[in-house]
Amino acid sequence: MMNRFVLPLGVFALLVVVLYVGVKNSPDREHMKSVLIGRPAPEFTLPDLMNEGSTLSNAKFRGKPYLLNVWGTWCPSCRVEHQTLLELSKQQDVPIIGLNWKDEPDLAHEWLAQLGNPYAAIAVDQPGRTAIDWGVTAAPETFLVDAQGVVQFRLAGAMTHEIWEKEFLPRIQGKPMVAQ
Amino acid sequence: MSGPSRQAVQAAALAASRRWLLCLAFGVLVLTAVARPAFAIDTTQFDDPKMQEQYLRMTHELRCMQCLNTSIADSQVNLAADLRREVYDLVKAGKTDDEIRQFMVARYGEFILFRPLTNARNLWLWAGPVVFLVLGGFIAFRVLRQRSKLMALDTEPVEEEAGR
Repeated sequence: MMNRFVLPLGVFALLVVVLYVGVKNSPDREHMKSVLIGRPAPEFTLPDLMNEGSTLSNAKFRGKPYLLNVWGTWCPSCRVEHQTLLELSKQQDVPIIGLNWKDEPDLAHEWLAQLGNPYAAIAVDQPGRTAIDWGVTAAPETFLVDAQGVVQFRLAGAMTHEIWEKEFLPRIQGKPMVAQ
Repeated sequence: MSGPSRQAVQAAALAASRRWLLCLAFGVLVLTAVARPAFAIDTTQFDDPKMQEQYLRMTHELRCMQCLNTSIADSQVNLAADLRREVYDLVKAGKTDDEIRQFMVARYGEFILFRPLTNARNLWLWAGPVVFLVLGGFIAFRVLRQRSKLMALDTEPVEEEAGR
C-alpha cells in the first residue's frame, strides 16, 4: 500500500526541488553576471567630455587596472553613488573612467561642477553604442578592468563602500597593479 | 400529459448556459492570445519586405534587458530603442538571424534570447517536454491496460442503474 504514495511523493519532492532552485537562481538584473567577465574589455574611442573636440580611448588605460563607471545625469542611483565614487577617487586605488551614457554634455558639466568630479577621464556615449558593446542594461554600472585589459567584475547598481571592499578591492589586490 | 419533465428542462437549460459560458471563455482566450497593442511602439520600415520580416522576427525574439519580460519590439525603454537600432543596422548589413543572435549574446548573454539556443547545455530544456510526454503516455497506457484487464475479470452482472 505504501507503494502507491512513493511515486507521487517522489515526483512532488523533485518538483519542489526544481522550483526552489529555479526561483533561487532566477535572474534579476542586479545579480546577473556579465558575459564580459574574463574577456577583453570592448574598446571604444569616444568624444572626451573634458576636452571638447578631442577623443578618448580606453586603450590609453591599458597596463594598469581601471574602473569604468556608466552614469548619466538622468539616473537617480548615480546621484546616490556619487559621494562614494568621490571618496574612492581620493583613495586612488584605481582611476575611475566615466562613461556618460545617453546624456547631454551641458547637463554632465553642470552635475560635475555641482557635485564634484571623481573621474580621471570621461567618455561621452550619446548614441549608446559603447554601452551596448559592454552589455550595459541600466545605469549605474561599474566594471573593473585589470592591467591586461580583461574585465574582472561588473557591478549593476550603486557603488557602496561595503561592495567596494568586498568585491572590488580583493580583485584589485589579487592582481599585479602593473602589467608584466 | 407527456412531455419533458421539469427536471429535464432545467437540466437542458443548465447545459445550454454552460455551453454559453464555455464559448465565452474560449472567445476571451482566443482574443487575448491574438491581441496586440493597438499602438505600435516601433514603426521602422524597410524597403525590402524580407528585411522587414527579419527585423520584426528578431526584435520580437530579443528580450528587453531592462524590463526583462517584454521583447525589445514591445518596450518603450531607451535601451530597447537602442537595441532595435542595432538590429536595424545588422539587418541592413545583410546579417543572418544567427549572426544577429550572436551579436546580442556576446554582449548580454543567452538571457537576451527568448528562444533558448539548441546546444548541449540546453538539451534538458528542449528534450524535457518530450521526455515527460513519453513518460506520461507510458503511465497512462499502463493504467488503462490494467483497468481494462480488471474490467475483463469483472463478470458479475452490473447492478440496475437508476432510471433505466
